[in-house]
Amino acid sequence: MNAVKKYLGIIWLLLGPAVIFFLVYGAIQNIDPTGTKDINNPIIWIIIIAIFTPIAIGIMIFGWYALKGDYKHLPESSAEVED
Amino acid sequence: MKPTSIRSVIAASSVGTMIEWYDFYIFGMLAKTISTQFFPEGNPTAALLSTLAIFAAGFIVRPFGALVFGRLGDLIGRKYTFLLTLILMGGSTFLIGLVPGYQSIGIAAPILVLLLRLLQGLALGGEYGGAATYVAEHAPVGKRGFYTSWIQTTATLGLFVALGMIMLVKLNMPDADFNAEWGGWRYPFWVSILLVGISIYIRLKMKESPLFAKLKDEGKTSVNPLKESFSHKGNFKMVLLALFGAVMGQGVIWYTGQFYAQNFLETKCNIEFEQSRTIMLWAIAFATPFFVLFGWLSDKIGRKWIMMVGMLLGVLTYRPIFNIFLSDTTVAASGGKISNPPPLSTKKTKLNEKGDSLFTTTEPGYFGWGENLNGHFEYSVLKNDTLHSKNTKAITYSEESYIDKKLGLKLYVKFIALVFLLILFVTMVYGPIAAFLVEMFPTKIRYTSMSLPYHIGNGVFGGLVPFIGLLLTTTFTKDPLVGLWYPIGVAALCFIIGTIYLTNKIDKDVTD
Repeated sequence: MNAVKKYLGIIWLLLGPAVIFFLVYGAIQNIDPTGTKDINNPIIWIIIIAIFTPIAIGIMIFGWYALKGDYKHLPESSAEVED
Repeated sequence: MKPTSIRSVIAASSVGTMIEWYDFYIFGMLAKTISTQFFPEGNPTAALLSTLAIFAAGFIVRPFGALVFGRLGDLIGRKYTFLLTLILMGGSTFLIGLVPGYQSIGIAAPILVLLLRLLQGLALGGEYGGAATYVAEHAPVGKRGFYTSWIQTTATLGLFVALGMIMLVKLNMPDADFNAEWGGWRYPFWVSILLVGISIYIRLKMKESPLFAKLKDEGKTSVNPLKESFSHKGNFKMVLLALFGAVMGQGVIWYTGQFYAQNFLETKCNIEFEQSRTIMLWAIAFATPFFVLFGWLSDKIGRKWIMMVGMLLGVLTYRPIFNIFLSDTTVAASGGKISNPPPLSTKKTKLNEKGDSLFTTTEPGYFGWGENLNGHFEYSVLKNDTLHSKNTKAITYSEESYIDKKLGLKLYVKFIALVFLLILFVTMVYGPIAAFLVEMFPTKIRYTSMSLPYHIGNGVFGGLVPFIGLLLTTTFTKDPLVGLWYPIGVAALCFIIGTIYLTNKIDKDVTD
């Protein structure tokens, strides 16, 4: 299981940029000043991309930690968490 | 701790949190009326403010509130922090109900409403972590899941009370009175101040969490909770695991089971206003006890698998369940019995100076199928045909829309059962999650560490369900259920991460 945890880290690492790519692509495809739907509104896309960028970076860091084997053992006391 | 004391702790925390959810929901549920009063169409500034009020409050301000109040809760204590969030939420809600409309004070109206809505988001971001931590830190070993599950009922009960309150007001006055500038839509906002007042009174009488009080006495509280939560690798990796392995999936299951379902019944199935809401109310009423049941069960068998099974059930059954909603409310040319009596009403409206008119016809209808036509519903057929002036024979026929569907008893009960199932999945993922989050983090930075992933999971991943749904349905127009792929995909990803990386072990000692 530890090997699975570790190598899946590569997928999580790649997932971050993929999410950002699809959001930016979606924004370019759908922003339309003449449109009336939410998906045509640039402000909404700016908010979503701004909030999702740190989340995408977060899943990349998660993937990096997984790849380094940091999730092989989960902390069992607060002392371990605080290191 | 004495049973009466723990009951007071749970009651004080739960009532306040439920009221905060109620306050947050009524704005969303009355969005259409609020939009007419404060954000009139055709004014670009008002449109921008409206967008910010709807999207920024959920996506940006809630996680920000989690950081601000989480930090405060770890510095000065749980009790005063979640008292502050309650005052902030109740005050802003009441004031929204007092802001005059755009017609009276112009652009000041949407600006004030936006500011108050952002304060609501900020307060909500700080409330949940405080209430969950406060109850968990009072709970004895082996009952943490059970006790915190009462906090978990509050979001759904807040929805229940908000739905009920709006229905109560709306059904007791004509639509024009409800939607007027100082009309009935404001009552649910005004009621909030009474509810919040009672809750503040109860919370003021409570003592600080014993674990936090002990830390404070020993001088061991955190000096910089934000730094310790997010820059210490040991803790930060657990924040990431909580978000991607549990809360992200919980957020989409929670949102789809309640809000997406209600919206789907109303806008895709076109079930009439009252029935679409009473279906939700009955399903919530039947499902709510399961939050407590699964919280209790998580103390016996662990938190992880209950949450994972809830996510997996959502992944596997969402499309079949929503497909039943759609197919059972479709007026089909074959496979059933259609009855259309003569038109109920006709209306001719002048369209332009050329003399073209819009000819609106409403006809009552009935569609039934199955044994003794048990699966039946009534509906109205709405047609908006254009009658051209130059040649009276020239008519542009519109597509018929089947609206205001009223389900027969058998179908009504079936829909309640299906929505109940959707909310049952919510209770599985949401019931044990407070105890699960509390056990992941140390006391001195618990409020901060658990609040942020919770509000990103719920506010951002959950809150995006309608937007991504719309994006998908606009892109892939042939499949009416395509919007479900977003919650299904996020829940599936979270299920994989949670299954592989999370442990099912219960942390018996949360005093450290």
